[in-house]
Amino acid sequence: MSKILKNSELDISTASSIVSDTLNKCDDGELYLEDSKSESIVLDDNKIKSSTYKSDLGYGLRAITGEVVAYSHSSDLSKKSLNESSKNLKSTLSSSNGTYNFEIKKTNKKYYSEKDPIEGKNFKSKIEILNQANDYVRNKNNLVSQVTATLLGEHRAIEILRSGGELLSDDRPLVRFNVSVMLEKNGRKESAVYGIGGRQNYDTYLDEKNWKSVCDEALRIAEVNLNSKPAPAGEMQVVLGPGWPAILIHEAIGHGLEGDFNRKKTSAFHDLVGRKVASEGVTIIDDGTLENRRGSLTIDDEGTPTEKTVLIENGILKNFMQDRLNARLMNTRSTGNGRRESYKHVVMPRMRNTIMLNGNHSQEEMIKSVKKGIFAVSFGGGQVDITSGKFVFNCTEAYEIINGKVGSPIKGATLIGDGPSALKEVSMVGNDMMLDPGIGTCGKAGQGVPVGVGQPSLLINKMTVGGTQL
Amino acid sequence: MLEYNNKLSDIIDLCITSAKKKGATDAEVSIVKSTAETVSFRNKKLDESDRSENIGLSLTAYINKKKTSVSSSNLKNDNLEMLIERCVEAAKVTPEDEHNSLPDEKLYFKNSHELDLFDKTHLENNQKIDYLKEAEEVAFKNNEIVNTNGSSFSESKTEVVLGNSKGFKNGYKTSNFTAYCEVVSKNNGSMERDYEYTSKRHFEDLLKPSELGSNAAKFAIRKLKPQKINSGKFDIIFDKRISKNFLNYFSSAITGSSIYRGTSFLKGKLNKKIFSDNINIVDRADIKRGNGSKYFDNEGVKIENLSLVNNGVLNEYLMDTYYGNKLNIISNGRSGGTTNLYFENGKLKLKDLMNSNNKIFYVTETIGHGTNIVTGDYSLGAGGMMIENGEFVYPISEVTIAGNLNEMFMKTILANDLQFNYSTNSPSMLINNMTVAGK
Repeated sequence: MSKILKNSELDISTASSIVSDTLNKCDDGELYLEDSKSESIVLDDNKIKSSTYKSDLGYGLRAITGEVVAYSHSSDLSKKSLNESSKNLKSTLSSSNGTYNFEIKKTNKKYYSEKDPIEGKNFKSKIEILNQANDYVRNKNNLVSQVTATLLGEHRAIEILRSGGELLSDDRPLVRFNVSVMLEKNGRKESAVYGIGGRQNYDTYLDEKNWKSVCDEALRIAEVNLNSKPAPAGEMQVVLGPGWPAILIHEAIGHGLEGDFNRKKTSAFHDLVGRKVASEGVTIIDDGTLENRRGSLTIDDEGTPTEKTVLIENGILKNFMQDRLNARLMNTRSTGNGRRESYKHVVMPRMRNTIMLNGNHSQEEMIKSVKKGIFAVSFGGGQVDITSGKFVFNCTEAYEIINGKVGSPIKGATLIGDGPSALKEVSMVGNDMMLDPGIGTCGKAGQGVPVGVGQPSLLINKMTVGGTQL
Repeated sequence: MLEYNNKLSDIIDLCITSAKKKGATDAEVSIVKSTAETVSFRNKKLDESDRSENIGLSLTAYINKKKTSVSSSNLKNDNLEMLIERCVEAAKVTPEDEHNSLPDEKLYFKNSHELDLFDKTHLENNQKIDYLKEAEEVAFKNNEIVNTNGSSFSESKTEVVLGNSKGFKNGYKTSNFTAYCEVVSKNNGSMERDYEYTSKRHFEDLLKPSELGSNAAKFAIRKLKPQKINSGKFDIIFDKRISKNFLNYFSSAITGSSIYRGTSFLKGKLNKKIFSDNINIVDRADIKRGNGSKYFDNEGVKIENLSLVNNGVLNEYLMDTYYGNKLNIISNGRSGGTTNLYFENGKLKLKDLMNSNNKIFYVTETIGHGTNIVTGDYSLGAGGMMIENGEFVYPISEVTIAGNLNEMFMKTILANDLQFNYSTNSPSMLINNMTVAGK
């Protein structure tokens, strides 16, 4: 029974016969249906700046033969439109001669509630929270010159109709709350952002304690930055704090372990399975099964149940992250990493919650061991060049370390490293693993998907710090 | 009068009428309808074909000074009625903002000459494949090119119609053709990638496929076996691919929102010198076939041509209606940002810039998002080539460059090699004495 088709003029048996007909002689493919609702409410400069509600409905029909993917999508859920898509796919794959693989593992597990967070809280009380957050921040510190508070809620129902009529479905809630603060003191301005989120309803995430802690954290980081001095430039030791700094793992290693780049042999890691790619004691997993987390999925966007995939175990590269296409071409199985931004996008192997597990050192120990270096606590974004392995990320809260002691805060600087060698430079893994607060969005080939990261504190022997002070 | 889709225009009328009936005092509706076909090609074979049909409607309802928006891809009547109801109900409980309003009628776009933004040329998939095949073949003629990250060709046609309850209604069609080629070079364990891309309103204006392929190959090969240089102060030349990014930082620092909110390092700099002498920055919406050309902005306001910076002095901010109301400045049609934004040519040849010091870091790529518009602090990962005595000597990677945009702008020297390849364009740029962090 299709919930999504119920309100359209296309019935499931018609859709199913078009899908089966299109995918005849193909290796893989499906009809992906999506009904999404999202809202965003923004308070800025003491006013509700905008409130937007968006509803999007559409399908993507995909057929795969060998390495070739044909995709057609539309927001017109009708027999006529689907037939046109089918025709387009068949003409692209006219000489196909594949065998359709019907097997998709089933699951009864659910990692989040099905409820639509948008409908779970009335509009007025959402505005109320934003106003309270604004007042709270402005009253707490008289240097505040600007506050932006944002509430984002989303509910995405997806259905996957396979050839032969099999229907898989998932309902995905997602919420996020962000506060950005700008402080001004003697003409100097500094800003900071903090946020939380997950696959949850608003009320669970946004009790008074939680939203206040977001405001406190944004204010704290902005206050630190108001006293920051120019960052040093050059190669030095870096201590990373736990939690969100794990975007280092995401950029330095994660992307390079996605199936597509390795199947195409364009990743610096493509011939390193079974080899040592990180220091001993470094274990990294990609986990889609953590309850209510931003990067979690009950099933991926091809219908495969997600799992906890071990990528690197004690320094040794074990597995890549796979969708069905790349898994088939590499003679392995999908790890449930097939994701897409929406029905308008093709599936690619993408990360979920990428986490480095605990070691046995304390953060204190790491800092004590550093003669000259930096202690990086929070980051903005990161980026990687998969082929050369070079990656960067931007500090938004960092301090200098001199002779084993944390010193002055330093201005935001870019850190640059080399993916394949960075994890070999990890000399201590902390015992304080933390997950990020639930704010990550990963971009790849123009598609953004929600992800999570986590790690304990880390000591990295050398990275280049992009400050201005030589 | 421009030509636009009557069916979409009718839907807009219905929505405005319905919103007013449900209690809105004003409404604005836009519909964007597009079809796009993309073909990706890799290692002599078709890799992916993607056909998309998208339609999206956005409606903003005003109840006097209260405002909310809805949008949807489902244009069925009952769905729209439900959304409009939802929108008006939400507007009722949204706090007032005295600066909310539709634009002043006097500012509406009326007429202009034809900008030639639509090319009806349609390429079948196999024609797109032929183009990409030629590009890759040319790239693979180089021994060091061992792989491809894929090439793609996409063709899209877009219709935009905008209407509001004060009587504005207009629309237009645009087309876009884009080809992209990314190849992988390899030599003794060093593996690098680079790309070339071309994007135009008209098919005939695209780079030839052989040029696309040979440029991509040339860029990927010159990066092989890079060195990490010692940290130090360097004069830096930014390749045109990178120098145009400075215009993006500049434009986000002079938009109405950044200026009003004070979140800009250029706040308070109107009529003051922010660039070195001789630097002129222009934003023109009416360049024929221009990638950034538009007839009117997102609110229907006519788009003035702006001389944003003249001899280094900041002349204008980028303004929409809302922030214009707040700042008491009339909108110059920049709801939706800049159009064709560019630095005018400098006086020197690129070769002169390359000879201006015996050691110069020529930056061909940057990585990361380390630009802070509030403070102007700038710190990015970078790669490129070392220039010694005017000649390229070896590639450089895994270093960072850092400075502050306030100072960097004042030190900017431009070459005379401006080309209109994108919507934002810059000649090559020299900035002296920047901090490079390497080994």
